[in-house]
Amino acid sequence: MERTFLDISRVVVRFAPGAPPVLNGVDLKVKQGEYIAVIGHSGCGKSTLLNVVAGLLPATLGGVVLEGSEVTEPGPDRAVVFQNHSLLPWLTVYENVRLAVDRTAGRTMSRAERDAWTLENLALVRMTDHARKRPNEISGGMKQRVGIARALAMRPKVLLLDEPFGALDALTRAHLQDQVMAIHARLGTTVMMITHDVDEAVLLSDRIVMMTNGPNATIGEILEVGLPRPRDRLALASDPRFLSAREAVLRFLHERHALPAVA
Amino acid sequence: MNALAPPATPDEAMSSTTMPMRRAPSIADRVRPHVQHGLAVTLPPLLVVIALAAVWEWAAGGPDATLPPPSRVWADAKELILHPFYDRGGLDKGLGLHLLASLQRVAVGFTLSAVVGVLLGMLVGTSRFAMRALDPLFQVLRTIPPLAWLPLSLAAFREAQPSAIFVIFITAVWPIIINTAVGVRNVPADYRNVARVIRLSRFDWFLRIVTPAAAPYIFTGLRIGVGLSWLAIIAAEMLIGGVGIGFFVWDAWNSSNLSDIIVALTYIGIVGFMLDRMMALIGRAVTRGTSEQ
Ligand SMILES: Nc1ncnc2c1ncn2[C@@H]1O[C@H](COP(=O)(O)OP(=O)(O)OP(=O)(O)O)[C@@H](O)[C@H]1O
Ligand SMILES: [Mg+2]
Repeated sequence: MERTFLDISRVVVRFAPGAPPVLNGVDLKVKQGEYIAVIGHSGCGKSTLLNVVAGLLPATLGGVVLEGSEVTEPGPDRAVVFQNHSLLPWLTVYENVRLAVDRTAGRTMSRAERDAWTLENLALVRMTDHARKRPNEISGGMKQRVGIARALAMRPKVLLLDEPFGALDALTRAHLQDQVMAIHARLGTTVMMITHDVDEAVLLSDRIVMMTNGPNATIGEILEVGLPRPRDRLALASDPRFLSAREAVLRFLHERHALPAVA
Repeated sequence: MNALAPPATPDEAMSSTTMPMRRAPSIADRVRPHVQHGLAVTLPPLLVVIALAAVWEWAAGGPDATLPPPSRVWADAKELILHPFYDRGGLDKGLGLHLLASLQRVAVGFTLSAVVGVLLGMLVGTSRFAMRALDPLFQVLRTIPPLAWLPLSLAAFREAQPSAIFVIFITAVWPIIINTAVGVRNVPADYRNVARVIRLSRFDWFLRIVTPAAAPYIFTGLRIGVGLSWLAIIAAEMLIGGVGIGFFVWDAWNSSNLSDIIVALTYIGIVGFMLDRMMALIGRAVTRGTSEQ
């Protein structure tokens, strides 16, 4: 077994003193380069967990250790792609990425190097042609790509994706999933991705973390996907291993942990 | 299209004979829509103004009318309208010079209030403690009418010019503070999270995130502020005398020169309108692309 890279141990998050904790004892060890998908019903605490790993939210109990040092505050080593892209609308696509580059590599790179690195990351998500546009001049899928470029430009140890393709149509979504797979294959970044989409989880990840319903949500089950990479969505569509993994997640979500009320 | 090929369909043959000759759009063609739009925008208000003037002429035409009709205004104040910049020394100046004096006061007072207002607004919008401490004070002070400040201001400064500027400042500063504070408080949490992830310094946070994010609110405050400044200066000048459009109105009233007052009011309205438009234009230019949609 490889050494643990990211260690989430017994994380408890309680927003109000009297209320039951939203997360209760989340425990997860992630290896370097691993692609983790976190899936669970809406409101169970997936974003909360991601925010704790990002350092944006302190855990009430327990904690997160990344490469031997404890997470106490946010930082570029845990870059986040937010649920709603959150690009700064007054900056161009280039400037949005450049701001992150300047802040995270300002001391180690020259001006020309930072420019080149910004463009390289935009090229990675194929946004070079739109570098001079502002966020309100590009499509939703393009915004998410810029968000990914901005995160990758920080050279993160862990890339945290909060439903990165949630608001996109199926075709754009598939296209972006392929791009993220390609980037992951090329850079070997450790990824933790929240998703609602079972197919997406199975297609992209090495392990699928399934959360129980909140409050007191925790990890109910972890599924090893074990499909060989590179993966091809068309070939996998009828692959029995893909189908059985998919079925296992669906069973978890809709049989054992279906929402009590209408979901 | 290939000129040698015979017409492929009867349709095409038809069109080639019945359609007028195709030509590049001439300048007249390209200008026409703009002219049409311009007329559509300016004609209705112009018609309303003409109609109102006609009604006014009719209403004030009688022998015992208290106000002069437009024709009298024109006859009495022709010089005032046609020569806004004459200067015969003393207080006998053209309206343009009075307006310039008023505008100068507004420029100084409003600039002061813009700087102080934005800075205080940022403080109140950022610090919970500052907000708790200052907000009640602001809420009380902002309800004091501009002119109520004038006696105190005159007592403190002992001179007309700084007193008038202070009145403008104290009138315009509240909406600027309050709107800036709201804008700063409404910076989306997402931007805050982005800034935290890339470890933006406090200075950069203010300069590169808070200021542009709050800019639409700030400009709303500035626009309200400049309007209030203009209201305040006219009123203040009526009391402090000297030079300025407000004083001009008061002076005309004292010499029962109603036509002059009507001309002055028209100018005040037009200048106030232009100040408002200018602020709106600057705001739109600066915040272009800032808002999401
Ligand atoms: N700042 C907060 N204060 C109080 N309660 C919160 C706060 N943030 C989240 N919660 C609560 O914690 C629970 C989990 O929220 P979270 O956003 O993590 O859910 P999620 O799994 O990401 O949902 P979704 O899939 O809809 O994004 C919810 O019940 C929410 O109401
Ligand atoms: Mg969420």
